[in-house]
Amino acid sequence: MTRFVRSWLGVAATTATLVFGGGQAFAQKELVFGLQCDRTGPTATVGVYLCPGYHDYIGLVNSKGGVEGFKIKVLEIDNEYKVPPAMEAHERFKKEGAVLEGLYGTPQTAALNKKLEEDKILGTSPGFGTASAADGKRFPYTFPIAASYWSQAGAAVAFAKERLGGNLKGKKIAYLFYDNPAGKEALPILEDLAKTEGFEMRTFAVPAPGVEMGAQILDITGRFKPDFVITHLFGRAPSVSIKELKGKGFPLSKVVAFVWGSAEADIIAAGGMGVAEGYNTIQFAGVGKDFPVLKDIEAMYKAQGKTSPKEMDSTVYYNRGVLIAALHVEAVRNAIKAKNGAAPTSEEVKKGMESIKGFTLGGLVPPMEITPADHEGGGWVQIWTVKGGKLSKTKDWFQGYRSVIQKHLDAEAKKS
Amino acid sequence: MFHRESGIFKTTYAADAALYPLPVAKWTVAALALIFIVIIPLTVHEYYLSILNLIFIAIVGALGLNILVGYTGQISIGHAAFMSVGAYTAANLAVKLGLPFWITLPAGGLMAAAIGVLVGMPSLRIKGLYLAIATLAGQLIIEWTINRVPAISGGAQASIEVDRPSLFGFSFNTQGSLYFFLLFFAVLAIVATLNLARSRIGRAFVAVRDQDIAAEIIGINIYRYKLLAFAISSFYAGVCGVLYTYYFGIANYEQFQLIVSIDYLAMIIIGGLGSVLGSILGAVFVTLLPIVIRIFMEDVGSLFFTTAEMANVISGLRLGVFGGLIIFFLIVEPEGLNRLWRNIRSYFRVWPFSY
Repeated sequence: MTRFVRSWLGVAATTATLVFGGGQAFAQKELVFGLQCDRTGPTATVGVYLCPGYHDYIGLVNSKGGVEGFKIKVLEIDNEYKVPPAMEAHERFKKEGAVLEGLYGTPQTAALNKKLEEDKILGTSPGFGTASAADGKRFPYTFPIAASYWSQAGAAVAFAKERLGGNLKGKKIAYLFYDNPAGKEALPILEDLAKTEGFEMRTFAVPAPGVEMGAQILDITGRFKPDFVITHLFGRAPSVSIKELKGKGFPLSKVVAFVWGSAEADIIAAGGMGVAEGYNTIQFAGVGKDFPVLKDIEAMYKAQGKTSPKEMDSTVYYNRGVLIAALHVEAVRNAIKAKNGAAPTSEEVKKGMESIKGFTLGGLVPPMEITPADHEGGGWVQIWTVKGGKLSKTKDWFQGYRSVIQKHLDAEAKKS
Repeated sequence: MFHRESGIFKTTYAADAALYPLPVAKWTVAALALIFIVIIPLTVHEYYLSILNLIFIAIVGALGLNILVGYTGQISIGHAAFMSVGAYTAANLAVKLGLPFWITLPAGGLMAAAIGVLVGMPSLRIKGLYLAIATLAGQLIIEWTINRVPAISGGAQASIEVDRPSLFGFSFNTQGSLYFFLLFFAVLAIVATLNLARSRIGRAFVAVRDQDIAAEIIGINIYRYKLLAFAISSFYAGVCGVLYTYYFGIANYEQFQLIVSIDYLAMIIIGGLGSVLGSILGAVFVTLLPIVIRIFMEDVGSLFFTTAEMANVISGLRLGVFGGLIIFFLIVEPEGLNRLWRNIRSYFRVWPFSY
């Protein structure tokens, strides 16, 4: 068949899809997952690594016969970090009978919260969306399934405390953040902890697009002279912050970055691993290639006669994609088991997600416990530090000031 | 919109300005009404309704921008900010005072109109690129204000959740019911703009656009009309923002950033400046094209690529094809899709002769 004929067949198929509404009922024993991604928009630097990780894990599960006998079909839609396409993507997933979906982007998650609840399809938003979405009673179908910015703030302060000799009284901490709602979200936790722990906190906002922060860094290093710096930046901003802090002679070992400033790409963009020696990062998924599941993915590619994809080398984001996929699969596995092998509905998958416990995937996934009340799974993080040209683990899974976070979550729940 | 007689037989201004140039046009409108009110909601899957819903909202916003840019000739890069003004006004009224949508919607529009007049003030002294920069400043100031003032934004997240709109106890909470909700306002906006364009105000706008000094000489108060254009345009934008708010159930300023202003400018430039049909075509084109390209690629691409490769291919190709088609259409017809449609129509009007 010539390419010409094939492409016209494709046109016909498209028309058929458009007119008759897809063919979800053809394959038996198949479950559809929806995945929103951003490979072309402002956060494409994350999406191009994270989403292949997701697909590779699903591919691995399928190559081993699927989950409890069900093959998984992933439908990915690039929402370009725009809100209207995110709604379109959700409706498309719903039409194709998706049992769950992976959300992508903070405003997109905000815009879909209500729709997910109305349609009773669970959506996961690791690293996106609001901290209050951890409250499963308030947002029943939204699952952050990873440490929220509140939990990261708690962890950052706990780490600073450990580094500064176990006492923060009279110490000075600078919070350098991207001036948007996500950047400001951690403030209530930091302010609260500043009071209870007795440290002085000052905030330094970086306006979008975050590539110009000379004045803020000068203010931090020259005037405020903090004992520790917590950064919460996105996109190109983290690499600029590393460069600027380094340029002003501030020791990077006294800097800790939130999860979107902590990838290999950020550090390399700042001038390479060698430059950023000592830089601390917060992670909600394991880092590096030293996990059995990644070895399995490499073996899967080898068995197909291919080399492993280059995305695997950017382990921070790739592993997060694997984590999201693994939790999706576990939720579905729990749901199928609860139904004795029958295909679960999206509501049953939600119950499956809410019973995830003790699933660590060889250390890549934190020891989280997702419950109907806690969709965050406990807010576990690790600290990884740049040491000798690579990221190495400094602190294993821990929860920073969980009781304080819980107090704020309860207060937030009362408000609504 | 669709019908013209085979020559120019009009003898009065009233006939020239008529909404229905021929009696048969009424039947066309009736047929369109039947299709959109009865046939589509009954036969089409909810997914396609959701796409139509997005198009309806975009039409309202595009019409508003076209009144300002297309009819009056004043450029604005602050359209998305006016949407956010409408969105937050409505969300605050709905949440803090519990007002229903039929109050919050016009209120959001009016607040946006007031802010629009303020941001439009520089248009009295500057034109073209200068005005573009002034409205860009307006966009950034409004974004900053919403982000920084908790009384407007409702806290650090700068987002306010609203309930679904309801009327007489009926809640518009599915794509199907929201379809009628949004269709109503899209039709209202279309009819209002059609009428505006043929009224004294609309003609004054066109006069200001074509030659403002001449317009002033024939007795048009250009200051008044420029500000009026900003007010009406921002009113549409505000309503568009409120519709987004009710459609997503949340007002969030990140939905209304600079890129959205550019998207709407793209819509009216592709569709055709200074025409209602152009705004509609532009809104349809910009909303639908990425979706059609993706669905097409999902089917065709699977013949050439593996699933994992596909995701990257689709994303990249969609951007490329989208950009390429915009350039192609604008080279073929710089005045937009509306003009393209008119050319096709006039070709067939004299067919089989060439002119």
